[in-house]
Amino acid sequence: MKLTIGAVVEPGSTMVTKTGAWRTFAPVVDHKKCIKCSLCEIYCPEACIHQVEGLFVPDLDYCKGCGICSHECPRKAITMILEEK
Amino acid sequence: MQNLFAPGHRACAGCAMPTTVKLILDAAGPNTVVASPTGCLEVVSTPYPESAWMVPWVHSLFENASAVASGIEVALKRFGKTDINILVIGGDGSTLDIGMGCISGMFDRGHNVKYICYDNEAYMNTGVQRSSSTPYGTSTSTTPSGKASFGNPRPKKDMPAIAVAHKVPYVATASVAYPVDLRNKVKKAIATPGPAYLQVNAPCITGWNFEAGNTVELSRLSVETCLWPLYEYINGELASVKKIRSKKPVEEYLKVQGRYRHLFKSPDGAELIRKIQAIADANVKKFGLVD
Repeated sequence: MKLTIGAVVEPGSTMVTKTGAWRTFAPVVDHKKCIKCSLCEIYCPEACIHQVEGLFVPDLDYCKGCGICSHECPRKAITMILEEK
Repeated sequence: MQNLFAPGHRACAGCAMPTTVKLILDAAGPNTVVASPTGCLEVVSTPYPESAWMVPWVHSLFENASAVASGIEVALKRFGKTDINILVIGGDGSTLDIGMGCISGMFDRGHNVKYICYDNEAYMNTGVQRSSSTPYGTSTSTTPSGKASFGNPRPKKDMPAIAVAHKVPYVATASVAYPVDLRNKVKKAIATPGPAYLQVNAPCITGWNFEAGNTVELSRLSVETCLWPLYEYINGELASVKKIRSKKPVEEYLKVQGRYRHLFKSPDGAELIRKIQAIADANVKKFGLVD
C-alpha cells in the first residue's frame, strides 16, 4: 500500500467498508406505528438510518445491529429480528 | 440532520462515541476543522487508507491534539480566516491524563479552540485500563475486583473544575442521551470567543459491559441518578443545571453494568454502593439538582 504525503485520504472513505456484515440482529421498522420523531436517526451510531420518501429506513449495508434504535423508539416500532443467512 | 461522520467506521456495535461525534458535527456544521488525539475515536474513524470524517481532520500524537489545534487556530488567523470552528474531540485518557499539559497550555494561551471530551471512563481501545476519569469502585483491567481489591480506589478527576480554574469562559457537561442539550452546548461553546471545554458522557459497551441497545438508556440513568450532573459554567459562574424530577437510586445505574457486578456479590458491596450514593448526593447538594 502506497503511503500518501501526510497520510491524507478522501473524506468519508470508510463507506467502502460494509459493516453490515457484523450484524446478528436486524432492525425491522413497523411504519404504521412510526410517529416520525427521528430519534432513531439521531441516536444511530452508524448514521445509517435515513428518511426515504418520508419513512425512516435503516441502511443494512452499514447497520451493525446494536439495537439502540429499537430500544429508544418511543412507540416500539422497531423490532430486532435474528438474521439467518 | 446533516451527517458529517460517515458510516463504515469500525466502532463496536452500540458504541456511544460515533453518535456523540455525529451530534457535535451536526451542531458545528461543515465549516469546521477537528484535531483528535490517539484513542478509540482515532482508531475506529481512520483505518488507513479510509476516513469517516467529512470535515478536515488531523491526528498527531496522544498528548498534543490541543497543541496541534492551537497551531491551526493561529495559522488560520494569520491567513485572515477567523470564521472557521476549530475543535478537539478526544477521549478521557488523552484529556484527563496524557494530554493534560498541552490542554492547560491551550487554555492558558486563550486559543479560540473548543475542546470536547467524550468520556467513557477508562482506556477502552487498549483493553479497559483505569484512567483518572474512572469512577470510584469501578472494576477495570488495572483495578480488578477480587479478594484484595474492590476496584478503582480513587475518585473521578473533576476535569470541568480544572477548566473553570483556568478561567475558561465556557465549561459544560453533556450526555449522549440528551442530544438537544448536547447540540445547544456545542453551539454555545462555538459562539463564545476563546477556549471552551465540554465533557460528554459516552457509555462503552466493551468496558462497561452492558446489554446491547442500552447505551443511551445507561447514559440517561447516569444523569437521573445524579452521578453525571449536567451543568454549564459561564465565566466561572454556575449558569445552568439540568434539574432531576425523580432522582433514582444509584443501584439502578450500577446493577446493569458488568464493571460493577462485584458490588452486588461481595459482602463489602453494600458499603461501596453507599459510598457511591454519597457521591451522587454530594452532586445534588453542590449543583442543586433536585428542587
